[in-house]
Amino acid sequence: MQPIHLAWVDYTILLAYTAFVIGIGFTLRKYLKSSSDFLTSGRSIPAWVTGLAFISANLGALEVVGMAASGAQYGVATAHFYWVGAIPAMLFLAVFMMPFYYGSKARSVPEYLHMRFDGRVRCLNSISFAVMTVFASGISMDLLARMLNVLLGLDYNFGLLVTSAIVLVYVLKGGLTSAIYTEVLQFFMIVLGFSPVVWLGLKDVGGWDTLKQKLSIVAQNPAALSLGDKAYSPDAWGSAWKPILAGPEHNPMGVSVFPIVFGLGFVLSFGYWCTNFLVVQRAMAAKNMSSARRTPLIAAVPKMLFPAIVILPGMVAVALAVMPGKDYRLPPAPISAAAMSRAVADVQAASPGNAAGAYPTIKADVGLGMDQAKIAAIITDNSTKALNDSELKSRLQDAVSDTYYNGVTLSLIERYCPAGLLGLALTALLASFMSGMAGNVTAFNTIWTYDLYQAYLNPNQSDRHYFVVGQWTTVVGIILSIFCAYFASHYSNAMNVIQLVFGFVNAPLFATFLLGMFWARTTGTGAFIGLILGTCTSALYHALTIYTGGTPGLQGAYLWHMMGKDVPAACVLPSSMAQNFWLASFAFGSCFVFTALISLATARTKSDEQLKGLVYSLTPKLKDEETHFLLRPAVLATILLICCVILNIIFW
Amino acid sequence: MGLDIRWPIGLMFTLIGALLLIAGISDGTPPRPLPVNIDLIWGAVLLVFGILMLMGAMSGKKQGPK
Repeated sequence: MQPIHLAWVDYTILLAYTAFVIGIGFTLRKYLKSSSDFLTSGRSIPAWVTGLAFISANLGALEVVGMAASGAQYGVATAHFYWVGAIPAMLFLAVFMMPFYYGSKARSVPEYLHMRFDGRVRCLNSISFAVMTVFASGISMDLLARMLNVLLGLDYNFGLLVTSAIVLVYVLKGGLTSAIYTEVLQFFMIVLGFSPVVWLGLKDVGGWDTLKQKLSIVAQNPAALSLGDKAYSPDAWGSAWKPILAGPEHNPMGVSVFPIVFGLGFVLSFGYWCTNFLVVQRAMAAKNMSSARRTPLIAAVPKMLFPAIVILPGMVAVALAVMPGKDYRLPPAPISAAAMSRAVADVQAASPGNAAGAYPTIKADVGLGMDQAKIAAIITDNSTKALNDSELKSRLQDAVSDTYYNGVTLSLIERYCPAGLLGLALTALLASFMSGMAGNVTAFNTIWTYDLYQAYLNPNQSDRHYFVVGQWTTVVGIILSIFCAYFASHYSNAMNVIQLVFGFVNAPLFATFLLGMFWARTTGTGAFIGLILGTCTSALYHALTIYTGGTPGLQGAYLWHMMGKDVPAACVLPSSMAQNFWLASFAFGSCFVFTALISLATARTKSDEQLKGLVYSLTPKLKDEETHFLLRPAVLATILLICCVILNIIFW
Repeated sequence: MGLDIRWPIGLMFTLIGALLLIAGISDGTPPRPLPVNIDLIWGAVLLVFGILMLMGAMSGKKQGPK
């Protein structure tokens, strides 16, 4: 991909955004007086701000880019990640769980676990979470630096260090409040930066009805866009539920109803939205209980509508790709710099008479699918008029036949945005990477300072001491993130293993919270051992199963491989998504059962009095009577749930 | 806490809106696949949004902190 040319107006927008986020950090600095101001925003923020930050902390650049890719590959059904995989869990958090998180005065999710169970569960959760945030932030920064490199031709190291320094300055100055405010700013950047792109894309295709009609062409011949060699029924891309109800072989996701509803909609979704401190921290920063409970409810409104901004572009792109008159091609997979220089040398060494002989070498050196006719043309043209280096590179890139779905969003931005709007859309994308880092670093700060340092390493110090530790943790967190970014850029396989392991740890977590919050009999030992066994179950499930087309190893089923046996048919799932949803379901089930059984076998260490405010049945019910009927959390949640059901029916 | 977030949001989008309007009026960019001066339209939208946010912040300031 050639670097995009930015005009003065684009750079001005980019610089203006940077100036504003740094300005916010410096303005907030004077309000920071204690460690709690720095690490928990002193519980002082209004609900609409925490609500938008709540959703924005999750709306990272990976989501913006990845969901468009999924929209292209799976169509409307991608919206299940929102309507099934987010809304119900967010409503549950607001109505049932927030009273315990906020009411218990815990400063973090692990601290709640300590109050409810014991130090072991807190320690386990905080260590795994702290490591995870640092890696997540590193991955985000690595991708940002790569994108700056590809888009603007900026040096990788320079891009990484400058953006990290910006995040460091505003988090160090303004703490969690600064991160939350910037997330709200980023929310509006994303919504206002991408809406015109989606609108223009839809207009270009010819409206929603034409889009659906074109998607039916995609569904009947996905091979034309290298989306698999199977043909599906015409509505496979344009309907949310019909292809799923028809069975895993009838939808490109390869999933059936149970893994979607239970695996995604219950286990993974509740596990993320109700227990992940990164998002829950935003609600905990609200100024009072009713604001804390309204936070996820306010967030649910944009979340429900986001598919229009993040998934629709992917669908527009595949529709454009099957419309010959539109002159649009899905972005080809990028050739890495090292592979490119090998391929250029191959082309220069090849003789025009033997283009067919050179093709396999070039293809192997690039490591991607290549168009043979285009390669032959490059070799012939090079021998007749000696193409220069940049011509060779751009034509080789053009000859790649594999599609790079994560590049879909950028390709549409490039297609529709003139100077000005281009600056806005790109700044929105960069902003979401940076706020991804800031969100993770602030969560890391709180966990390290309160849950590890204060709890285990150095208790009983002055508040000033923890304030300073929190600030130093910001610096250390950013430095660790930079290391992780370099690690991710050099060892992408090791990074995949690490992410896989985090998947194992997270899958069973919601069972612990569910039992802890709603069953007073759950004991600390039960929760601790149940969590470990749940994680082991995830790992075992992964070691035994694989998806169609996967190779034993990182993609699963390596135990069979080690035993020298073939993977039994029962252990082969239709898609990696199905494998992931089923894994979560098994992990949750096993953690639930083990926690319950071990709790029954062990003695309770906490009395009913100690569990007051931590367990549902032992906590006085919150009185919502003074609140206007329509503003009560349960009523609001019901209305939002009905809206979500209506959306599902409209796109059935 | 201290700073009303509507100030930076309002100021930033008023600025970006104005920049897009200028870019839209002095449109020298090559024609895109659609004959729409999106900078002009969207610049106006952002300007209105920015000004509304600033008005919200100003009325909040008048009422004073609760």
